[in-house]
Amino acid sequence: MRLPALPAVLFVLLLPLAALAGKNEIILQSTTSTQNSGLYEYLLPLLERDTGLRVKVVAVGTGQALKNARNCDGDVVLVHARDAEEKFVADEYGLKRNDVMYNDFILIGPEDDPAGVREARDITEALQRIAAARAPFASRGDDSGTHRKELRLWKAAGLDPGAAREGWYRETGSGMGATLNIAAGMGAYALTDRATWISFANREGLAILHEGDPALFNQYGVIAVNPAHCPGMNIKGAETFITWLLSDKGQKAIASYRLKGQQLFFPNAHPVLPGNGG
Amino acid sequence: MLPGSQLMEIVALSLKVSVTAVLLAALIGIPLGALLAIRRFPGRTTLTVLVNALMGLPPVVVGLGLYLLLSRSGPLGVLQLLYTPTAMIIAQTILVTPVIASFSQQIFSDLHHEYDEMLRAMRASRWQTVLTLIHEARHALITAILAGLGRALSEIGAVMIVGGNINHATRVMTTAIALETSKGNLRLAVSLGLILLALSFAINLALHFLRSRLERAAHA
Amino acid sequence: MPESNILPLKPKGRQEAGAGFLISVDALGYRRGGRSLLDAVSFELSRDPGITVLLGPNGAGKSLLLRLIGGLIRPDSGTIRFSPDFRGPIGMVFQKPVLLRRSVRANLLHALAIARIPRRERTGMLARLLVAADLTHCAESPARALSGGEQQRLAMARALVGDPGLLLLDEPTASLDPAATAAFEALVCKVAGEGARILLVTHDLHQARRIADDVLFLHKGRIFEHTPATTFFRAPASGEADAYCKGTLLT
Repeated sequence: MRLPALPAVLFVLLLPLAALAGKNEIILQSTTSTQNSGLYEYLLPLLERDTGLRVKVVAVGTGQALKNARNCDGDVVLVHARDAEEKFVADEYGLKRNDVMYNDFILIGPEDDPAGVREARDITEALQRIAAARAPFASRGDDSGTHRKELRLWKAAGLDPGAAREGWYRETGSGMGATLNIAAGMGAYALTDRATWISFANREGLAILHEGDPALFNQYGVIAVNPAHCPGMNIKGAETFITWLLSDKGQKAIASYRLKGQQLFFPNAHPVLPGNGG
Repeated sequence: MLPGSQLMEIVALSLKVSVTAVLLAALIGIPLGALLAIRRFPGRTTLTVLVNALMGLPPVVVGLGLYLLLSRSGPLGVLQLLYTPTAMIIAQTILVTPVIASFSQQIFSDLHHEYDEMLRAMRASRWQTVLTLIHEARHALITAILAGLGRALSEIGAVMIVGGNINHATRVMTTAIALETSKGNLRLAVSLGLILLALSFAINLALHFLRSRLERAAHA
Repeated sequence: MPESNILPLKPKGRQEAGAGFLISVDALGYRRGGRSLLDAVSFELSRDPGITVLLGPNGAGKSLLLRLIGGLIRPDSGTIRFSPDFRGPIGMVFQKPVLLRRSVRANLLHALAIARIPRRERTGMLARLLVAADLTHCAESPARALSGGEQQRLAMARALVGDPGLLLLDEPTASLDPAATAAFEALVCKVAGEGARILLVTHDLHQARRIADDVLFLHKGRIFEHTPATTFFRAPASGEADAYCKGTLLT
């Protein structure tokens, strides 16, 4: 049949469109938390004014972002799962990893707090209380940075509700926002990053029930994709982006972004700020 | 929340992507449907079943397949089409072509059945036959195109993956709705949904009037 | 073309009355599903202008025979020969007129285009066809909005495009009322009078009496007789034809 020829013809016809794509432009594979919080809409115009670089953000989970970058479908990654990031660099898919900023994770849940996590001393105890009360818990279940963090926290608490197929433990397989919507809908507990929470509008009786545990530290790192692995990538643009982000100017810009009067991200590219846990 | 200019940008891109995809799909699907309806050739039944089955293809699957093709590490990565409106157009063309082809096949099959003997009695050439049938099918084909446009405009799975929902570049109505939903801005998401609905309604209405005008002119 | 001639038809076979055949059908056979639908059908149509009526009960094979002569289907055996000087297409009109979803004028222009009539000649021919079929008043109307009689006259006008050497009409008035039938018969007679050779299938004995020059009687896929109409209706040669005319033929 003639069918296989059709896509080929289409591609040839559309080829000039691709060639039009500007050179001074990079694709940033990043997380939904940074996008949903509005950080990029604030940051990127400042970056473009300073450097002329245009950044296209693809916001997915950390796991997906790293996978896309491994497929060379991005020039830079900005994600929050340190071990996965370090593996990405060790496998030579990316160049050097740099800390950019941090905030923290929080445990949210129904305001009446049926599992009583408000009284918990730390996050470990809070999770144990949820499990003991068999209170509904909405997990990302999508290999995102938040999901990885959550799994580590369960492990630290000596529990594995996912493997145990507990009825109260619901894996949404969705982004942070979608998971919060589900939590709001069913009155479930959930672990979320603070930036997404602050920018999230549909809280429906949910509240922060546990925060401040050092174990809830949430570090974001930035990595340029390795041009040796992806010869076509825009290494110059990637370097421009990272240099600006780590510069005083970039760091100040991150610090100055506020939503509802609150600072969402705390720059820590220079090791002056405390904590580098994870 | 969402400034008017950005809304216009998103609506315009939605229309550009989906309308272009539907036109391309019509260019492929209408002749394909006509071929399946009129010609007898080996593999015709298989191809017909395939086209009908592809109508139910989940957009996410198309998006994923196209992602693997267009990814820079994929076989067509050199084209650098991933995360561009072009990739979204290709994805929707793939989704819409079977819809238009299948509708067209039914339309042409009916018309062929009706006109075949008459056209052969007139000694019409194959080419004259095809042109006559396309001309006669023009009203009914509007329905096929509308069905295709409906699938394209409402689709999110494929454009999300190959477009990436990039602000000012590949964000369309459906991906914007998903984004606002994930931000918990349900009211804005519903408003966007209503705009999409109104858009779809307006297009359907316009084509409906076009069709009935054409039909009145043709056979009252 | 003579001025007096309103149809784009040329007189045919006027030179020598009875000088051989226009069409010679010889031992035509057609089988489907183990059944013989036409069996050893042989007859000739003379080159004289006129109307041959093909009569016969349901299932006799009349429409099938017409389609074989028209070349729409191929026989399993036997031959259909045309005289060496047979010219022009074969025009066909079916029981149900199949008209395009366009105006009357556009339907005729479409037929003129299919017949590859040169553009500059089309306007004149169109006007003559409209007059002949008495459709000038509704030339701009959508064809499918016409009355049944008008639709069938339009189908006839279309069949006349390209100056056909033979017209095959398959029960053209079967679904028309008496007035529309009369108008259609008048058109058929006018066309025949101007030199056309017509083979018309009908169930309607009265119609056959009104317009037939000669009658072919077909029954169970076989020709039982081919005689001038006057002879046929006065004294059918076969018992089957006699029974058919009396309405007692069992099929």
